[in-house]
This record gives sequence, C-alpha cells and structure tokens, in this order.
Amino acid sequence: MQGPLIDTLARQGVTRRTFFKYCATLASLMALPPSAGRAMAEAMAAAPAASRRPSVIWLPFQECTGCTESITRSHSPSIEGLIFDAISLDYQETLMAAAGHQAEEALHNAMKENEGKYLLIVDGSVPLGLDGAYSCIAGKTNLESLKEAAKGAAAIVAMGSCAAFGGIPKANPNPTGAVAVSDIIKDKPIINIPGCPPIPVVITGVLAHFLTFGSLPELDKLGRPKAFYGETIHDRCYRRPFYDQGKFAKTFDDEGARKGWCLFELGCKGPVTYNACATVKWNGGTSWPVESGHGCLGCSEPDFWDGGGFYRALSMPADPLKMAATAAAVGAAAGVAITFANRAKKSSAKAAHETVTLADLEK
Amino acid sequence: MNAPQRIVVDPVTRIEGHLRIEAETDASGKITRASSAGTMVRGIEIILRGRDPRDAWAFAQRICGVCTLVHGMASIRSVEDALHREIPSYSIPRNAEIIRNLMIGAQYVHDHVMHFYHLHALDWVDVVSALKADPKATSALAQSISNYSKSSPGYFADVQKKVKNFVEQGQLGIFANAYWGHPAYKLPPEANLMAVAHYLEALAWQRDVVKLHAIFGGKNPHPNFVVGGTPSAISVHTTDGPGKPRGGQDGTAVNMVGLQTVQSVIKQMKDFVDQVYIPDLLAIASFYKDWGAIGSSGGNYLSFGDMPEKDIWTPDSFLIPRGVILDGDISKVHPINMDDDDEIQEFVSHAWYKYQGGDDKGLHPWKGETEFNYTGPKPPYEQLDVDQKYSWLKSPRWKGKPMEVGPLARALIMYATGNKQMKELVDYTLKTLDVPITALFSTLGRTAARGLESKVIADAMQGMFDSLIANIKAGDVKTFNEQYWDPASWPKSMKGVGLMEAPRGGLSHWIVIENGRIDNYQAIVPSTWNAGPRDTAGQSGPYEASLQHNHVLHDPKQPLEILRTIHSYDPCLACAVHVTDPEGEELIQVKVK
Repeated sequence: MQGPLIDTLARQGVTRRTFFKYCATLASLMALPPSAGRAMAEAMAAAPAASRRPSVIWLPFQECTGCTESITRSHSPSIEGLIFDAISLDYQETLMAAAGHQAEEALHNAMKENEGKYLLIVDGSVPLGLDGAYSCIAGKTNLESLKEAAKGAAAIVAMGSCAAFGGIPKANPNPTGAVAVSDIIKDKPIINIPGCPPIPVVITGVLAHFLTFGSLPELDKLGRPKAFYGETIHDRCYRRPFYDQGKFAKTFDDEGARKGWCLFELGCKGPVTYNACATVKWNGGTSWPVESGHGCLGCSEPDFWDGGGFYRALSMPADPLKMAATAAAVGAAAGVAITFANRAKKSSAKAAHETVTLADLEK
Repeated sequence: MNAPQRIVVDPVTRIEGHLRIEAETDASGKITRASSAGTMVRGIEIILRGRDPRDAWAFAQRICGVCTLVHGMASIRSVEDALHREIPSYSIPRNAEIIRNLMIGAQYVHDHVMHFYHLHALDWVDVVSALKADPKATSALAQSISNYSKSSPGYFADVQKKVKNFVEQGQLGIFANAYWGHPAYKLPPEANLMAVAHYLEALAWQRDVVKLHAIFGGKNPHPNFVVGGTPSAISVHTTDGPGKPRGGQDGTAVNMVGLQTVQSVIKQMKDFVDQVYIPDLLAIASFYKDWGAIGSSGGNYLSFGDMPEKDIWTPDSFLIPRGVILDGDISKVHPINMDDDDEIQEFVSHAWYKYQGGDDKGLHPWKGETEFNYTGPKPPYEQLDVDQKYSWLKSPRWKGKPMEVGPLARALIMYATGNKQMKELVDYTLKTLDVPITALFSTLGRTAARGLESKVIADAMQGMFDSLIANIKAGDVKTFNEQYWDPASWPKSMKGVGLMEAPRGGLSHWIVIENGRIDNYQAIVPSTWNAGPRDTAGQSGPYEASLQHNHVLHDPKQPLEILRTIHSYDPCLACAVHVTDPEGEELIQVKVK
C-alpha cells in the first residue's frame, strides 16, 4: 500500500506495519469487524494529497478548554498528525493564529466553502438565561453562534460532558440556564463524547471513524459511541477481583489502598459509569483515576455533579458500626452480596443499554 | 497616519476562554484607552454552595482545563487551611506535600512551554516566512545556540517540506487568515523555521510530560486530589507476606514503574527547557528588544508564594516567596495580610455585579457578595459602553492598588528577596540581550520571566523527587491524613483560604464552612487580577494599563501589537469570571438595556 499518508508516516519514522497495527487496534477498540481495520488503513492511506481534507470547525461555549487540552494529549493520532494530514481544523480558538475580525472571517469562510460537509465540534454548554448574554463571542450569544454553525454542518460532535449533557454549568442550581447541544439542535446527527474531559483516544477514535466511513459510529441511547461507552468502568476494572472478594480500601493510604483493593467504599462511581478509562487508560496508557488511588467521579454520565458526593459510597455494604465490630468475614460476605445485587441490576439495565443511576443503586 | 479609531478584538484567540479587548487609538495609531472584558460566566461558586467541602476541588478544578490542577489544589488547601486554623495540629503528610509540589512544578513547566510555543509564538514567529529559510543555515543557527540533538539540515528540511506541502494544499486550517507578512514580524526566515520546528516538537513533548500527573492524579487534564493528602497510595513496598512482593499492576500507579516514569519526565522537562525553550526565548527576544519598553502594567506586583519545603503554613520555607512590590521598587518587598479586610478586596463598579452596600466599595472575599447585574448591550452588539459596567470580571485590588500577578511578579520578588539562581538568570538575560533592568517591566520582560521561572522550577523538581524517594526508602509511605476526614468531626463554623501560585499568578480560594457544608466560596484568580476592568477610582487593570503603555499600532485592522501584550500575560478567562452569593437568596437579577 502506498499513498501520501504512508509517505508522511515514513518520514516521521512510522512503518507501514505500525500504521496497520494502529488501524487494527482502532478498529478493535471500536468493536468493528477485523476487516474494518484494513478498510480504515486503505481509506486513510489512499486519500490523495491533492484532495481536500475534511473541514472541522470547533466552537467553544461555556467551557474550560479541558477538552481542547485533552485532544492535544492524544498519542495516536497526534494533534499535529490530525491537523497536517487528516483534517482541516478551520476554526479552533485556542490553537488558531488569527484573532478578532480575522478569526471571524476564517469561521465564515470555512462555513461557506464547506457548506453541508463540515464537522462541527462543540465544547461547553450553552446558556439560555439572560437571552444568552452569559456567554458571548464577538458580541454574539453562543445560542446564535451554535444555530448558525449547525445549519451547514454534516454532523455535530458534542465534545465533553458540558456540550453533551450540560455538565458543570448545568449543576444545581444552574445559575445561567445552561443546556446541552442536543437540547437546541434537533435536525442534525449529534454524537456525544462525554467525559470531563473525554479520553484523548476516544476523541480521535471517533474522528477517525467519521473520516474513514463518512458516518457516525453506533451510538447508545445517550448518543455516545458504544465502542467506547459500552461497558462500565467497574466491569473492566483491574481491581474488580477485590470487589468480588469483598476487599475494600478504607482510606486513601491504608494497607488495602497500597495493595490496590477496591475503592467502592471511598465513593467510586465505576459501577454506574460507562467509559473506557479502565481499558484504554490515560496519557498514553500511563494510568487512570482508579489506578492512581481515587474513585471514579462518574464524569461521562449525565448530571454526575449532582450525584450526592464523590466520597459517598453508592450503597454501603453493611452498617459501618457493625462492620467495625465484626471484622473482615462479614465485610467480605456483604461485599459479595452487594456484587450479586448490583450485577443483577446492571445486567438487566445493560440489556436495554440504559444507564444505571446512583439513585437506582441506592434504592 | 490613521484617524482615531476604536478597535475591537473579539475573540482574542490562543488563550483560554472568552476575552474581548476594545481599544481607542489617536491619530498616530497609539492606544489611548484600552478596556478588557470577560464575556462568559458560568457561576461555579454559586454551584458550590451547600456542597461537601471535600468535593469542592473537583468543581473548582473545572474552572479551567488549561491550568488544570491549580484550582483543585487551591480548593483543597482552602479546606485544609480552615481545619488548620481551628485545629493547629492538623497537618499534611510530607510525602503528599512533595507530590503536590511535583505536580505543581510539572504544571508550570508544561503550561509555560505550551504557552510559549502554541499560544504566544505566532505573535513573534511568521510561519510563512519559514518557507524561505535555508535549512542548512537554520541548522547552523540552531547548533550555535543549543546542543539539542534535532538540529541537522535534514531535520529542518523535513519540517520545511511538511509545512510547504501543507501550505500548498491551500487549506491553512489553524494558520489561516493570520497576520503573516506583517512588518512587525522581525525574525529572519531561519529563526522562523527553527521556531516552527520547535512548535511541533513541543506538541509531542507536552503529551509525554503530563504522564507525571497521570501517575499521581490518574489523568491529565483534570487530575484527582483529596483533602488531607494525595489520592494515590505508594505501592513500592507492598507485600502479601514474606517473600510475596506485590505492587506493579496489582497495586497503584505509584509503584517502581510509575516512579521511574516520573523520574524520566523530570529529566525530559529539564532537557527541553535547557536545550530548546531558553535558547529559543533568548534568540527570539534578541530581535524584539524594543518590546522591553512597551507594555508595563505600572509597577505593582504580587505573589502569594508556593512550593513549600515544609508546609503551606510556613511561608519562609517556600521556593517562590510571598510579597508585594510597589511602583517598580525592587528594593522592598511588602508583606501581605490575608485576613485584613482592607488589604485584598474586589470592586464591581465596572463589572456586571451589584453590591448591597453600593457598587463603589471594595469587599474582602470572605465577606464578598455577588449578584449578577448585567447592564450591557443586548447581543448581538458591536461595542460595549466602557464608561459603565463592561465585564464579567471583578476588579481585585491590594490596599486599593491594581496588582500584576504571574511569572514576572514572581521573578521580581525572587530577585528582590535574593534567590541566587533567579538573580543569576535575570542578570544573564539582561546582559545577553543588552537591555537595562527596566526592560523587565514590559511585555518582553513578562515573556522572558516565564522562561526563566520554568528553568528554576524544572531544576528544583529533581531535588523534590530525590527527597520523596529518600522518604520511601526510609519507610515513610504516608500520603494521607485520615484524621478529620469525616466532616462530622469538624468544628461547626470554619473559614479558610487556599493560596497558591498558579502558572498565571497568585490564586486564592476563600471558603466559609458551616456544619460541614460550603456556606460561601470565592475564587480570586490570576486573570482576574490581570484582566479585570477599571475600579471605582478609575484605575485600569494590568491588561488595560499595559496596552495603554507605548502601543502604537502599525495597522489598526491587524492589531498584532495588542495580541503580543495580551498574550504575554497568558490569559485564562474561564478562570477569571466567578460569582458567588453569600446570602443565598435571590441569585440572579437581570437588567438588559
């Protein structure tokens, strides 16, 4: 196989073999059939240099730029690889050289020249309060900017939990009337990539899927790609065996914490959180929240900010006073019992692919 | 000659968040009045009210994803300070303090390098001009200033070819529509090519060095923290009994593999700062010496100090000292009293908020109050009425004076208090560039200070790591103080302040806790100090004052000069806008003109 991409990669010291391996990994990550890896590789490699790279327009609303930062941490493909070889990132306020009037002009040019074809990425929620004056760019409300940019978009990516579900601005009491992209735009395909921020490879993986197949991957009921949000953190957690044995860390540096026991009692929301942290990990596979000792915050689920406290266990294995009095055997038994109860709830929920909420588990 | 004009730059790009600059120029093109406006608000402090103070860090951290970590850290410290004020024996394990220092240090170096190359460089570096460079001459230039290994003619030819292919495809993406060819760009093509190559190198480098945060905090952006210590237990010595060692994948990320990753990141950071960042900074600065006389904020600088050798309640042990410099007089560093009602205050006379006792008075953050009071134009709008309220940022003041915070403030205070390394670095820089000491108080000085500070911190990190290893070796693996973890064990009423030096400057989170719940939360962040609007007395904030200092625009339609000075502060606007309401009743009052 030859092509501009292969040449480019070769210049960067990436062999064809590595490239194929990457495509195969990507395909398997996204739960696609093995042939998809080959198709992806061919589609990506064959794209002639002369043809236009698909236009991507990224609009920031009520956001913290964490999602932009996250994509810059993607190891494969890298942000520079994406920008130079795969997409034309025509508007991205954090990275773009132009400012002010010239930035606005770049946005309008990109929307006009790529009408009906560009991918619109949005990070941040959109405030409806005060007729939108809580967040303005170039004197225009986010609401107006979103509607205008959505019109000519082929599809919209709601990047991060704020754009996907309203996120932190929407947390109680939602002072600015923040809503998600899908609350406003109803006539375009929208893909939600929640997470606070989303995992870098999830962002680039979804982009690669769109670029390769020209369509969105299969989504769950919350608009998330099933490939990355199909399993709970808990189901894929390396500490799961300890949960099953009823071995729980009680503080952040007791013997159990050092041995990597389950963080359930320290408030881990892994059992009710659909995301890929436990499998793809963070920052080039270095670690992920549970591996670094802190329970999952549940950041890829709607309204996780109002879930009742990050250090509150989803449900207590037993009365804490009795636990203290009767030692580990009871704790272990209770842990196992909880496991079965949660599994039953989760398996029924999973069949329908619904999110098990914190409230459900606490019932 | 131009007619007097009003220039609006909105959006200001290559920053965090939503910033708008309006500037008025006279017939010579000189800025006579500048106004800085934050145009986005979320109300995170309102959202924090009533919540568990131990959860606050996660909310506060989402104030910003660029200086990720700093708000989490300041929040944790505010709760710990509240406990410490009531229970003086309350302390944070030494290992946790070291790990926090390492995480802060990594944030500084990562943030500063990314700022220099990805947010600021394009104000000084003309990407299009790099196409004209001779790769051989570029290689000679690079090798004359650094021993960085990637410096061959072939390497620069490859980079140039990559950029050339990109440009010839006709889709410039993030490089489209910029001010390329503007006469204010002064670098020769070879220096431009070298900087473009390092722009790309720095993108790859930054991905790797954030691994330090992933080890200790689980991920980056937005690593995890915990009140009372650090979340990850140390798994180095874990065994399941004699002869049955554990750790590795079965324990936590802070095992031998993780610690080795941290060690290698520290080395990567130091190498990049020494071999790429500092040489580039000096090389580029040498073409822009005139910017040493442009963009002074007026001479007042403030630092809360950070990186305790002992603990956060012992400022004498800080690597970065605490204090204030007034009127550019570095012979004296003034102390700061956090608790004094008349020292740190916020004003709202030009901000879209309303105070019960009148908008012209300043309020100490523990007594701070906020009620949204939007009186700006109904969007879409062309101009803000800058004689009235015009920003979602308040105006923080120290003893009534505006203060610049950030790398320049810290470098000056370190210099003034006799930090040997900083003094040598500053003196060396001034000598190399052949500029007077007054050149520090400028746009150039601000950008240079950021680099010098990166070196001081990258160097200090090895010592921090060594002491962590020494502690572990001696059997001390404590990382968390479980005493007083449960809010039920806390005094009924507490208040605290979490102080830190974020990469962008002095940061303070002020918390009032009642019955184990947040009663009031206020964040005064670096970009509020720097980007805030005029105050009751009409004194400009540092952004405004800097733009009003010697800025002559070559072409008001291409206000590159404005971007240079604004970017020299590394704006972070999502941080800067915050609100809270201590009364907790009517949260929002809306007035639309």
